[in-house]
Amino acid sequence: MELRRSMLFIPGNSPGMLQNGGVFGADAVILDLEDAVAPNEKDAARILVAHALNNVDYGASEKVVRINPLDTFGHEDIKAIVPCEPGALMVPKVQTAEDIKKVVELVAAAERTGQKAVKIVALLETPQGIHEAYNIAKADQRVVALALGAEDYTAALGAKRTKEGTEIFTVRSMIVNAASAAGIQSIDTPFTDANDEEGLLQDTIVAKQFGFKGKMAINPRQVDVIHGVYNPSDTDIEWAQQVIEALRKAEAEGSGVASLNGKMVDAPIVSRAHNIIFLAQLLGLRKEIE
Amino acid sequence: MKNAIGREIPESIPGYQTPILFAGAFNTKPGMNRQAPCVKAIRPSETKLTDSLEAVFKKIPITDGMTLSFHHHFRNGDGVVNMVLAVAAKLGLKNLKVALSSVFPVHAPLVDHMKNGVVTALDTNYMSGPVAQAISRGVLEKPVVLRTHGGRARAIECGQLKIDVAFIAAPAADDYGNINGVQGPTACGSLGYAIPDAEYADNVVAVTDYLVEYPLTPVSIPQTRVDYVVKVDCIGDPKGIVSGTTRITKDPVGLKIAETAANVIKAAGLIKEGFSFQTGAGGASLATAHFVRKMMEKENISGSFALGGITGYMVEMLEKGLFKKLMDVQGFDLEAIRSIAANPNHMEISANFYASPFNNGCAVNKLDAVILGATEIDTDFNVNVVTGSDGVIMGGSGGHADAAAGAKVTIVVANLLRGRLPIIVEQVLTATTPGETIDVLVTERGVAVNPRRPELRDKLLAAGITVKDIKELKSIAESIAGAPDKLVTGQRVVAIVEYRDGTVIDVVRQLED
Repeated sequence: MELRRSMLFIPGNSPGMLQNGGVFGADAVILDLEDAVAPNEKDAARILVAHALNNVDYGASEKVVRINPLDTFGHEDIKAIVPCEPGALMVPKVQTAEDIKKVVELVAAAERTGQKAVKIVALLETPQGIHEAYNIAKADQRVVALALGAEDYTAALGAKRTKEGTEIFTVRSMIVNAASAAGIQSIDTPFTDANDEEGLLQDTIVAKQFGFKGKMAINPRQVDVIHGVYNPSDTDIEWAQQVIEALRKAEAEGSGVASLNGKMVDAPIVSRAHNIIFLAQLLGLRKEIE
Repeated sequence: MKNAIGREIPESIPGYQTPILFAGAFNTKPGMNRQAPCVKAIRPSETKLTDSLEAVFKKIPITDGMTLSFHHHFRNGDGVVNMVLAVAAKLGLKNLKVALSSVFPVHAPLVDHMKNGVVTALDTNYMSGPVAQAISRGVLEKPVVLRTHGGRARAIECGQLKIDVAFIAAPAADDYGNINGVQGPTACGSLGYAIPDAEYADNVVAVTDYLVEYPLTPVSIPQTRVDYVVKVDCIGDPKGIVSGTTRITKDPVGLKIAETAANVIKAAGLIKEGFSFQTGAGGASLATAHFVRKMMEKENISGSFALGGITGYMVEMLEKGLFKKLMDVQGFDLEAIRSIAANPNHMEISANFYASPFNNGCAVNKLDAVILGATEIDTDFNVNVVTGSDGVIMGGSGGHADAAAGAKVTIVVANLLRGRLPIIVEQVLTATTPGETIDVLVTERGVAVNPRRPELRDKLLAAGITVKDIKELKSIAESIAGAPDKLVTGQRVVAIVEYRDGTVIDVVRQLED
């Protein structure tokens, strides 16, 4: 499983930011050709992003490129970007499974022989796209995550976007559930006030509670806050270790049922504990974990 | 001749004493008594108030070849240096030495005085702007002496920088020569850099635009050291002196560096009760204070003091109880001025108290951690803060080498690439601060620990900080930007870089056009 706790947008028309995008430790960088770039700068940004993919070291960050929709500059984007081996494309304003199939066709045609298959993150930001979430998630093997774009979505509804996010309560649930049903990840909408660290923290806690596997970030300063929420806490890790220990003990004693602090350790608890340990090991949070 | 860090120093440099080679940060010991200014007496009926600067020149009298000193607390808003030198030029004086603690773009008229022979020598700790450019291109025959803030105080005290007349730009003064920096339209806060001048000059002149009734309080420079008081219309432009408030940078790369630097301080085990700290006012330096503060708040720690140039951010930390004291040699913004005037825990200190290596103990020695910048750093951790990538003088040590020598942990923060140039080089063009006094380099692409500090490296590793070899960081930078060509300079020495103890750590050579 790839970690996508944080997916950090980097404007595709900013050489300085493209060069430094890898230093913030985000799980993924999204080199943006869409909203960050004005229509008359699309060509220049495309060349810049292609060059960045070929030359800049993004370290452990997955390289994702947000292309333009197919009805604007998407075709040209795919043709230029895919051969530069991004890890994934983020496709904006996906409305139907058909949209994904079209993109997949173009991506497959653009891939060089022997190239690692380019994945797809579907950005759902219209009422129709949300409605079709499950079909979109199942449209192709390449789709690894559904992401929520709440700004465009609420604009389409005519609903006011708030920091509390009451207006996106339902769509958050829908996306998480659709993605989970399709066995892929769900990524939450970015928190757009880069100066409100506390607001970001609360919003990320909510997203995690909903079941999102990560959150998009519009500013590098947001990455650490998001990770702080998604990383297992010391208490989480301790609990998970206790669960595993209880399980071992039960096995050693030949007992079919393990219990911890008087509660039965059943399959969902074991699975949660394993996830925590896995994440903690992956992130190097606890070296002494066996 | 090569000094202790391998820099080639000429055996003799025209216009400079026989160079004493830098021998290591703490290896040169003083062997002299303090210099003494002449002893004066004044009758009860005599007045110090003088009509004009010109009258002061005649009364002293100021003659060819004398050394006139000035402080830089007004930074780019200073009006006094230009005013005094205009009088010197008008009176036809020649061969003056200007000892100005820092030179700013506002001092551009100094270039003409140099060309006309009014000023033929310069002694300073920092310079930027037209004067620095002219010096780099050889406007003066005699090399400029570039000192550290502590080194200047030491040189004055030891008689190596003998001041004939100190002109003290005085934000507030009374008619008997008491001076402070906290009142009047050009208030600048601490007068720390002017204090050694006032103590050791043969003649001291207060130049003020804010004359108050005797006696002025509080007193930073006392009447007992002041010979003349001159009231003029305006001594400086407040806009050039202070900024409204100094803000934490929003540059994400700067913040990343700052956060890492704060983590280094924590990993070194310094974030604990009594922590003492110094940092600059710019970019990643001040932002480091922000992250250190968050750690201190989280762990409910109160530090003992913050030192150096003081900003509103440090004042806020004092007022919130995060530091018990501020030791202020120079204020950077209006908040620093407000605080030093009102808060007894915000103390004014002299350059000598702050950083001189040759006294019975200066404040930098009590520092736990200092955050410093660099224009270049070499693989031996020597730092250049004097010359830019084009070889032109664009700065100076100021307190850099002093704080680096004093602090338990000295951290240099810098972008690995400045513009399109790697910051790490094989050998710095000009060495200002010796590598033995630098402990850690923090960049956005990694941290390097000086191999002289293996125990510190272990602490950082134990805290989970990835430590790279400085050579590895250098090659990362070069893989992005390429290795820059080595700059070719001429032979003539235009500036001597004196270490804080007065030895020659490096020289700056003239640029060829």
